[in-house]
Amino acid sequence: MPKKTLYVAKIRNGTVIDHITAGHAMDVAKILGIAGRTNGGIVTIAMNVASKKLGKKDMVKIEGRELNPDEVDKIALLAPHASINIIRNYEVIEKKEVKLPRVLKGIIKCANPACISNSDEPVQPKFYVESEEPLSVKCHYCGYIMEKQDILKQF
Amino acid sequence: MVCAVEFRSRDIISIKDFTRQEIDYILETAKAMEPLAKSGSDMLRGKLLATLFFEPSTRTMLSFESAMHRLGGSAIGFSEPGVSSVKKGENLADTVRVVESYADILVLRHPLEGAARLAAEFASVPIINAGSGAEEHPTQALLDLYTMVKEKDAIDGLNVALVGDLRYGRTVHSLSYALSNYKVRLFLISPESLRMRREVLETVKGKMKVVEKTALEEVISELDVLYVTRIQKERFPDPAEYAKVKGVYKIDLNLLKDAKKDLIILHPLPRVDEIAPEVDTTPHARYFQQVWNGIVTRMALLALILEATE
Ligand SMILES: [Zn+2]
Repeated sequence: MPKKTLYVAKIRNGTVIDHITAGHAMDVAKILGIAGRTNGGIVTIAMNVASKKLGKKDMVKIEGRELNPDEVDKIALLAPHASINIIRNYEVIEKKEVKLPRVLKGIIKCANPACISNSDEPVQPKFYVESEEPLSVKCHYCGYIMEKQDILKQF
Repeated sequence: MVCAVEFRSRDIISIKDFTRQEIDYILETAKAMEPLAKSGSDMLRGKLLATLFFEPSTRTMLSFESAMHRLGGSAIGFSEPGVSSVKKGENLADTVRVVESYADILVLRHPLEGAARLAAEFASVPIINAGSGAEEHPTQALLDLYTMVKEKDAIDGLNVALVGDLRYGRTVHSLSYALSNYKVRLFLISPESLRMRREVLETVKGKMKVVEKTALEEVISELDVLYVTRIQKERFPDPAEYAKVKGVYKIDLNLLKDAKKDLIILHPLPRVDEIAPEVDTTPHARYFQQVWNGIVTRMALLALILEATE
């Protein structure tokens, strides 16, 4: 049996988010709306697991839920090295690396309260990724620069 | 080589959208407009400009209208009394799509940042940003540069200080971006709480020498251009913060005794008390000349966008 099952139990159907930058599992849970109070399936969070690739990593396993593309992009904002495994009947049926797009549309809001994209206009907020690590994104409309902390506050 | 056709139907949203060559071309066109501004012209006869002012600014509106009339065109427009009315009415995207049928070019003043960029995405006629919240005011930056060229012959080599509210002042944001195309030393003088915005600093810092300071008297003797701005009460979320910084900079004869003889003082106007009236009659004062320069600069933009003269 592979060693990692010692840390985190296998799930039957759902998503395993692996290779999360150590220390960010709770942030990933937060952006996915996992607060521990809802009637969802089992969620397992593992922190500081030994990893060949990252030294240490975090993992989040979510029973009974497959992530949509917007959620995958949100994870990429906080954990740019993460990989996402979709599990059906204990088998990994799909494995993908998250990739932060150059342009983010709609998934986050501008933190500048005076930005036109926060008013009642028929447009999606749009950001350009200036740097992935440390994260910095720039608003297409007002030019405001946001960092990880500004983004985390929104979820 | 830059040529006039590049400006045809172009939006003026941010001064960052323009290269140094393009800015220089606009400034040269402004110079060519000086005699036309006095004699009048029918270059834009039959063209209509609409001013959409969601925030009142009579003088900016008059400046655009004056520029349009001097080129033989006409102007229509509205000015909303305050910020609150924006929220009740239709959104900007709709307003722009209605008003564009009335005019060949729209001039927009709006309290929100990014408003001009959004408007340009919906409009099929060119948009000129006449102030977007605390973000930018690109035509003011162009007229400021034109004033510097006219007074000093060239912008390269100048020591320029921007003084006052660098955080909420849109004119100093646009002017900083504009100056970063030239070889200038830029002094940013403000109280700690009103330092230049990060997105502006990050953009300009690699391109020119930038020094941030609080005390103006420490650098006054080095300056060629002193650009003074009003600290605007209405931009402060907290009145107590405003009270702390109100009146911190006072340009008077006492401060100017250490200044270079040919220092010029600029101000986007209106002023409150940051420049003492006693300074008005000194050779340093150039803020009233800026108003005229604003007309010829805006004439140049209108002519280039609507006509593409060579
Ligand atoms: Zn924004």
